[in-house]
Order: sequence, then C-alpha cells, then structure tokens
Amino acid sequence: MNSEYLLRKIFHSAITLFIVLIINYFLFRIMPGDPVSMIMRNPNANPSMLAQVKSLYGFDKPQLVQFAVYLRELVKGNFGMSFFYRQPVIDVIGSRLFATLVLAFAAEIVAIFLGILLGKIAAVRRGEPVDAAILGFSLVTYAMPTFWLGIVFIAFFCVHLGLFPTVGMYTSGVTFAGFADKAVDLAKHLFLPAVTLAVVIVGGYSMIMRSSLLDVLSEDYITTARAKGLSRRDVINRHAVPNARLPIITIIAINLGFMIAGALQVETVFSWPGIGRLMYEALKARDYPLLQGIFLIVSFCVILANFAADIMYGYLDPRIRY
Amino acid sequence: MKLLEVRNLKTYFDTREGVVRAVDDVSFSLEKGEAIGLVGESGCGKTTTALSVLQLLPKEGRIAGGEILLNGEDFAAKSEEELRKHRWRDVSIVFQGAMNALNPVMKVSRQIAEALLLHEELTEEEARRRVLALFDLVEISSSLVDCYPHEFSGGMRQRAMIAMALACGPKLIVGDEPTTALDVMVQAQILALLGKLRREFGMAMILITHDLSIVGANCDQVAVMYGGKVAEIGPVGKVLRNPCHPYTQRLLKAFPDIRGEREMVQSIPGFPPNLVTPPPGCRFSPRCDAAREICFSREPAMRCVEPGHEAACHFAEERS
Ligand SMILES: Nc1ncnc2c1ncn2[C@@H]1O[C@H](COP(=O)(O)OP(=O)(O)OP(=O)(O)O)[C@@H](O)[C@H]1O
Ligand SMILES: [Mg+2]
Repeated sequence: MNSEYLLRKIFHSAITLFIVLIINYFLFRIMPGDPVSMIMRNPNANPSMLAQVKSLYGFDKPQLVQFAVYLRELVKGNFGMSFFYRQPVIDVIGSRLFATLVLAFAAEIVAIFLGILLGKIAAVRRGEPVDAAILGFSLVTYAMPTFWLGIVFIAFFCVHLGLFPTVGMYTSGVTFAGFADKAVDLAKHLFLPAVTLAVVIVGGYSMIMRSSLLDVLSEDYITTARAKGLSRRDVINRHAVPNARLPIITIIAINLGFMIAGALQVETVFSWPGIGRLMYEALKARDYPLLQGIFLIVSFCVILANFAADIMYGYLDPRIRY
Repeated sequence: MKLLEVRNLKTYFDTREGVVRAVDDVSFSLEKGEAIGLVGESGCGKTTTALSVLQLLPKEGRIAGGEILLNGEDFAAKSEEELRKHRWRDVSIVFQGAMNALNPVMKVSRQIAEALLLHEELTEEEARRRVLALFDLVEISSSLVDCYPHEFSGGMRQRAMIAMALACGPKLIVGDEPTTALDVMVQAQILALLGKLRREFGMAMILITHDLSIVGANCDQVAVMYGGKVAEIGPVGKVLRNPCHPYTQRLLKAFPDIRGEREMVQSIPGFPPNLVTPPPGCRFSPRCDAAREICFSREPAMRCVEPGHEAACHFAEERS
C-alpha cells in the first residue's frame, strides 16, 4: 500500500460525503411540512410574524445561499437546533452516538472473532456433523428476529436468573465512586444487548467465512502448500486464512455502518440510549433538524467504516494498487 | 531399483453422480533421472495420476487399488505425518502458470524459504541466501526477491515455481502442464531450463501436457492415456514413430505439421467416455473407426509390440 492509494481513498470518501450532504440537505427541503410552522407550533400566528420568522431563519434567501450557510455552519460544528429538545442537535446526538458505538463495537468484536472461528471450523470439516451444526446455527440465528431474541434473553437472564439489569446503559440514580465502578456497571448493562446483536450478525460472518475459505481451499496454491509438506494447520492458517479473510472485511465494514442505524431493535428492547432510538423519536416528533443531523452522522460513520475497510484491504492484499 | 513404480493404480472420486473412475489400472515406472510424458485429452486422468503419486488427492478422491513405490517404499501406505517428511524433498510439483499455484498474498521469496525452513535446519539468513541462489539458477533477477506473485510475468512466475520445486533437491519433479499458458518462446525457454536443471541434478520428471511435440523433445518415455487407462506406453521415439493404438494415431494426426501440407487438423469425433459408467469393452471403441466386434465386448489387455513398447488394443500387432 502506498500514500497515493491512501490519498485516493481519502478523496473518494470526501466526494461521497459531499454527495451525501447535498442529498441530505435537499431531501429535507422536499419533505412535507413547513419549517416555519414547525418552529412556531402555533396555527394562529399572523402573516407578519411568519414573515419575520422566515427572514430571521433565512428562509427568504435563495436555496443555494441557504445551502452555503448550512455548509458553513456544519464546518463550524453547528448542526442546528432540535425542534423537540430545544438543544443544539450536536449535543443531542453526541451522547447517543457514543452509546451506540459502544454497543456496536462490542457486538462486532464478538461476532467477528466467533464468526471467523466458526466459519473456519465449518470449512475445515466440510460435510461432517460439526459443519452441519455450525451451518444450522448460523442460519437460525441469522433468521431470528432481533427483538424476539432480545426479549427471550431478558426473560431468561434478567427475569428468571436475575443476572443482568434490564434497562439502560448505567444504573440510574447512582453516583459512581470511580471510573472502574462505572465501567463495571456499563459492562453489566452492555452484556446482553451486545450478545443479542452479536448473535444476530455472527451467522452471516460464519457463513461468508466458510464459503470463502472453501473457495480458497480448492485453489492451486493450497495444493502447492500441501505438496511442500506443511501440516494441515499451517496450510489453513498461513495460506488459506490470509486469502479467505479478504471478502469478510468488506462485509464487516458494510455491517458496521448498518449497525449504527440498525441497532434500533436492540436499543428499543433494552432501552439502550442509542442513536437508533433517537432517530425513531426524532421521526415521531417530526424533528427535522435532529433527523438531518442523525442521517449525516450515520452516513459519515458508514463512509468511515468503508474507508477503514479499504485501508485494511490495501494492507492485507498486496495486489491492490489502484 | 526403480525410482518410481506405479502398479495397477486405481483412483476413484466419490461424487453425487456415482464413482468416477478417473484412473483405472494405470502402470508405469521411472528410472532415476528419467522423464515420462503423460498425454491425452482433457479429463483422461493425467492430473489425477500425478496427484495420486504425490498423495495430494482432494477429499472426495481415494486410491482404490494398486501400489505406488517411490525408492521401493510404498507411498500410499504411509501416514500423513510420515508423508510430510518426504514431500518436496522427494517429489515436488510445478502447476500450470495461469493458475494460482503461488499464494497471491505472500512474497515469492517467503514461499520458497518456507519449503526450505520446513525440511532443512536453516536460519532465516541461510534460507534467504539459498533463495537468492535459486533465483540465480532459474535466471530471475535477485531484485525481484521481495516481490509478490502478481508483480511477476507469467514466465517469471513459472521460473519462480521451478525454483521452488528445486529448493529441496527432489528426486522427482512433476510438471502439470507447466508451460500451457505461456507463449511459445517463453515455453521453449522454460522447458530448456527445466531440462538443463534436470540433467544437472539427475532428477526424474513426470511431464503432463497436451502437446506431443513437447513430449518428443523433453521425455524419454511417453504414456498416452485415454479414459483413465493407459492406451499406449513406451520409449518416446518408438511410440511417436510407430504408434500402434488407433487413439495415439488419431492424436498424432490431430497436430498440424508446420512443414507439411496445409490441411485441416483432424479432430477426433465424439466425446471422451463417461468415467462413471464407462462403455463395455475397449473404452475407445465408440470413437474408433477401426473397431471390430470384439472391441465392443472385451477389454483389451496390454500387448507388447516391440521391446518396451505396449499398446492396449486387440489389434496392436497388426498396426506395428
Ligand atoms: N475432485 C474431483 N471430483 C470429482 N471428479 C473429479 C475430480 N477431479 C477430477 N475428476 C474427474 O476425473 C477425471 C480425470 O480428471 P483429471 O483432472 O485427472 O484430467 P486431466 O487429464 O488432468 O485433464 P486436463 O487435461 O483437463 O487437465 C475427469 O473425468 C474429472 O471429471
Ligand atoms: Mg489436468
């Protein structure tokens, strides 16, 4: 991998981000509902007051000027005010995004390790009962509704066994003695939602790892490696896996982006204060500035994840030079 | 003692359609330093024969009968652990260049060094020096030592593959269409190189190819295979000059002669036999224009037509 590749990828990401920005901006201009009435929330406001509000917010300026202002404010970190929360959008999103990132990363890490491991075992033992069991597990968990699994987990681990708390990210109304205490509390709350999310995505990873490893195992260089006298384990770990893990990186990146927005079900079931739920709330309240901010942040995360995947790819696959 | 003796080898694949008898009763032998060419249409079992000798069959393949003696030791009876010690030191293989015979995400030098480090007590530094010496031997610039396979041209990749095959000084080298994907000039260079090194180190070779002229120029013996069986076998000069099996005769006619008159290449009508349910009698009989009644019912035995030259045809002697 060289710096030219890196620059090119940064450039691509920047372009994508800009296009998303444009779409995101104009999408909200063509959505139903008039921002002025949203701000006023008063059906009896008289026309002169409406005109006043219009000019105050700059709605009387041409669209392009408005867009330029929007961009300028974005760069400054101003995402606008939430109608509903009456707070800067960025502040509303901030803590929620952190909650989702914690959840998504915890789930991803478990799912990646477990998925790759299961896929590897299944591929190496293709056709044996272990393979069938892993495949079955993958398909069932893949098809399982997230909210249902979450409810089952809560019913069993929280209600029946009383092992974990059921709601939120921290125990409410508690002041923590120190960072360690807080982390332990977070871990307790995080465990079930993260496991739920991980179980739902692990099947996809293991199936992809399995099929990609099976593809690789039929390649000639695997026969070469065997012919050289490498042990079965070395053939798999040194020659097959480095090639088989390439496709999975793309999937992980796509999934990671998707999860930021898609953790909604888990967040709802476990009352996790994440961005998925915030989006749902914003939608219900027709809080357009907040929704717009969330869309932008989520898009940014998706683009960032794909960028990271490209970098990983360039690092792991020497053939990539474009 | 012969270096390699393959006796009545049978290799079957268990598939959903049934048992594929990819290699069915194949015998041949090689002296030290000798080269044999395996030729025949696609799907006749050449690769399977080679992989059987190397004990590298895929999961669904199995050796159903026969013996493979390398230096008098039964290779097929060894455990995987024992085999691993013999691999690459005794037998190595060079695959077709167009295919991915080299791992695309590993440096070429690393892949060669890997074989060395596995079989010999070497330090990293010594292994690297050996790799450089091997690069020199196959005439690749040492500046390419830290490159990845995709940075090599097809011909260079094949040279690198040969360097790797030579690394541990094997007694037998298998070339499975080692030059098929290369242009004629490079093909000639690679074969010349292989021949030179083979003579230098006294290595025997099994050369798999579709091209009879390559066999003529590079091998001592030739085995013509058809439908999983050996149709004709013998010293190259005798078989090519005096082919006694109708299939060999057709195969020779199927190659255009540049110096000869311009005429259409004669392809052999029909298809190779289904190896799950092969035809009764001689497997070539449905496509043979000299077939008589007996050919459709009785399988021909190997018949000796001249010393060392045998053909599996009921009427082999008539044609010699
Ligand atoms: N893994 C496998 N599973 C099932 N059948 C196989 C397998 N490998 C080979 N065969 C069958 O065995 C027969 C011999 O195949 P083989 O690859 O040895 O032919 P070949 O002479 O090397 O052909 P080519 O010139 O195309 O390389 C073919 O009919 C093929 O379909
Ligand atoms: Mg072949």
